[in-house]
Amino acid sequence: MKKLLTGNEAIARGAYEAGVRYAAAYPGTPSTEILENITQYEEIKAEWAANEKVALESSIGASIAGARAIASMKHVGLNVASDPLMSFAYTGVTGGLVIVTADEPGQHSSQTEQDNRHFAPFAKIPMLEPSDSQESKDMVKIALEISEEFDTPVLLRTTTRVCHSKSIVDCYDREEVPIIEYKKNKQKYITVPAFAKILRVKVEERIEKLKEYSNNTPLNFIEWNDKKIGVISSGMCFNYAKEVFGESASYLKLGFTYPLPDEMIKEFASQVDKIYIIEENDPIIEERVKMLGFDCHGVDTFPPYGELTPDIIRKSVEGSTKPSLEYDKSMVVPRPPTLCAGCPHRGFFYELRKIIAKKNAVVVGDIGCYTLGMAEPYDGIDFTINMGSAYPAAHGAQSVFNMLEDNKRRVIAMQGDSTFFHTGISGLLSTVFNKGNTINVVLDNRATAMTGHQDNPGTGYTAEKDPTISLDIETLVRACGINNVISVNPNDLEAMRNAFNWALAIEDEPSVIITRWPCALKKFTKEDREEFEGLFSDKYEVEEEVCIGCKRCTKTGCPAIEFKTDINKSYIDYNQCVGCSVCYQVCPTGAIRKVVK
Amino acid sequence: MTKSILLVGVGGQGTILASKLLTTGLMEAGYDVKMSEIHGMSQRGGSVSSQVRYGDKVESPVIEIGGADILVSFEKMEALRWLEYLKIGGKIVVNNFQIKPVSLLSGKGEYSDKILDELKDKADTIIVDAAEKARELGNERVMNVILLGSTVKLMNLQEIDWDKIIEENVKSQFVEINKRALQAGMDLV
Repeated sequence: MKKLLTGNEAIARGAYEAGVRYAAAYPGTPSTEILENITQYEEIKAEWAANEKVALESSIGASIAGARAIASMKHVGLNVASDPLMSFAYTGVTGGLVIVTADEPGQHSSQTEQDNRHFAPFAKIPMLEPSDSQESKDMVKIALEISEEFDTPVLLRTTTRVCHSKSIVDCYDREEVPIIEYKKNKQKYITVPAFAKILRVKVEERIEKLKEYSNNTPLNFIEWNDKKIGVISSGMCFNYAKEVFGESASYLKLGFTYPLPDEMIKEFASQVDKIYIIEENDPIIEERVKMLGFDCHGVDTFPPYGELTPDIIRKSVEGSTKPSLEYDKSMVVPRPPTLCAGCPHRGFFYELRKIIAKKNAVVVGDIGCYTLGMAEPYDGIDFTINMGSAYPAAHGAQSVFNMLEDNKRRVIAMQGDSTFFHTGISGLLSTVFNKGNTINVVLDNRATAMTGHQDNPGTGYTAEKDPTISLDIETLVRACGINNVISVNPNDLEAMRNAFNWALAIEDEPSVIITRWPCALKKFTKEDREEFEGLFSDKYEVEEEVCIGCKRCTKTGCPAIEFKTDINKSYIDYNQCVGCSVCYQVCPTGAIRKVVK
Repeated sequence: MTKSILLVGVGGQGTILASKLLTTGLMEAGYDVKMSEIHGMSQRGGSVSSQVRYGDKVESPVIEIGGADILVSFEKMEALRWLEYLKIGGKIVVNNFQIKPVSLLSGKGEYSDKILDELKDKADTIIVDAAEKARELGNERVMNVILLGSTVKLMNLQEIDWDKIIEENVKSQFVEINKRALQAGMDLV
């Protein structure tokens, strides 16, 4: 049966058809929909893990216990999971294991543009790169077979455009793969040095066998056309190259990209006049081709960063893009992402700005929707490095500020609920242990919001929507040794302000402020409706005669509020307003009032 | 010959459903189809695009600068933002509807009233009052399917059984209004 699937849907389908029984992931663009789609298949146990390391480790356990498994994550997630990756590359598998790394050329939603193809040679494991949805599905199955045949985890490397583009896929029924009977095997699975040294040698033997496989697999193939130009490419770039060169070039299409097929590269490169290597980001294929002794064009022709879309390839090779219209762009205003109407982070940032001004505070951000608090009108973040870094980075900064004579500077750090569970807890623990004095905020909006409201250990539901524990952050924080904890509704500006002042008064111990209110876009659970009274049930409006045009409400940055310059009054869009009441609280004249229904 | 349809708008306007219906219809009509969207951080109230390509054999799911046969914009300013992607001689379908970017909400700048003039000056532009039509039909949200109807007509794809595609992809309570919206969109151009 033919279906139009995204690459992520196709990977999920591939896992289903190939008899996978266990899947784990942590949400992260562009990988999130892989696990979301796997949850529709009852035959696979699908889980959101606390972080990517946990996702891979539990998948490793599933493999050792004899089942086929898949762990999926975004590129930076593999940084977190790299510890188990490196060791499991030594031990090998029992049931096949595929690790999906979804890379982000172009950094649409990411802090780095790291090229995770480097992980394959680093961990010495094979790598496959699909270029469309059909290949995404097929390669999951092939990767599992390679995993079992060569006793290795396999890296399946996709990119945003593969993950989020749709193309037609032939779908089939599931083939059940029996769970392999468990046998204790200490020499294989305990990575003490005495055993690991032996495994280490096997890794090299495995790579030699994989080189032979690479030269013979149909995943790597040559398409002969005109031989004046030869293109070597992999992943989505292959489609782009074909779009630009058509039949005026011959192609070496690489689907199995580590180890690269040296013999096939030599066969191809020796028969074409000019070679273009079309790959996004780092010159990995290019360097191999050069090492094999062939002149080729890669980073000398194409940019080594960003997406390599067909127009960029065309411009690089032909000197210009296709002809297009010239027009007046000055009328086009950017639309940067903003905190939504009713976002529970709004009250936090609104009050935070005042604290920063008054106390000369330094604010450390983290990865989540609240990163948007860096922009005007909040200007609420000094630095954000990576996921889970806010509390420890704040502790380090506060430690240094404390060394300065007469230091008054306080450091405030924020993490969302999901980020706190991801890698935040260990940072907080370390701050307490080392007698820090930072102010640590957990912005608990009852979901992993930025990636689309996935469940996490705090939400009360699993990925498969089974009711489960709802971890109480306040209890957990106290158990870490924090004596000073307060929970507030961030939509209550006075309570938010009081919480900041309370925390600032605690000068020699760390404190934790938990803001607890659900994301306005979340599909509320029964428990949400019980806990949060009047959840987004009101609407507010501006009484024009009372509005003095002071613009204070616009400083909340709410996209539902518009300042009408012609009449010098504020206006609230009824359809967008969800009744958080933040603007109502900041209005000095009482012009903003609840809509009477 | 591969055809390219670029659907653009503001996050939340329903470009994703429109492109889903469009691509499903094209697939069932026997075309090779590819579609590309960018999800994630840029979406909340941001500029969004769905790039649809179809033909006998489609290579890239991404439309090049100067490569779209038709630019369908759900919002006026977005048409101008994406105009360089239109092929010389291509058509624009633009919804006569504006959503102010956040930076203009605080009163620091104006939403230009010259956008439609600029579009008309540069290319064959069809202005569709999809918002007004949607309100007439009883639900402003079907604006997206009205624009889809206009697109289908202009790309000569009326032969596809769109009613069936809507029945199979839209929640049952919204099937009828979406069918009427599609027809209305066809009638508007």
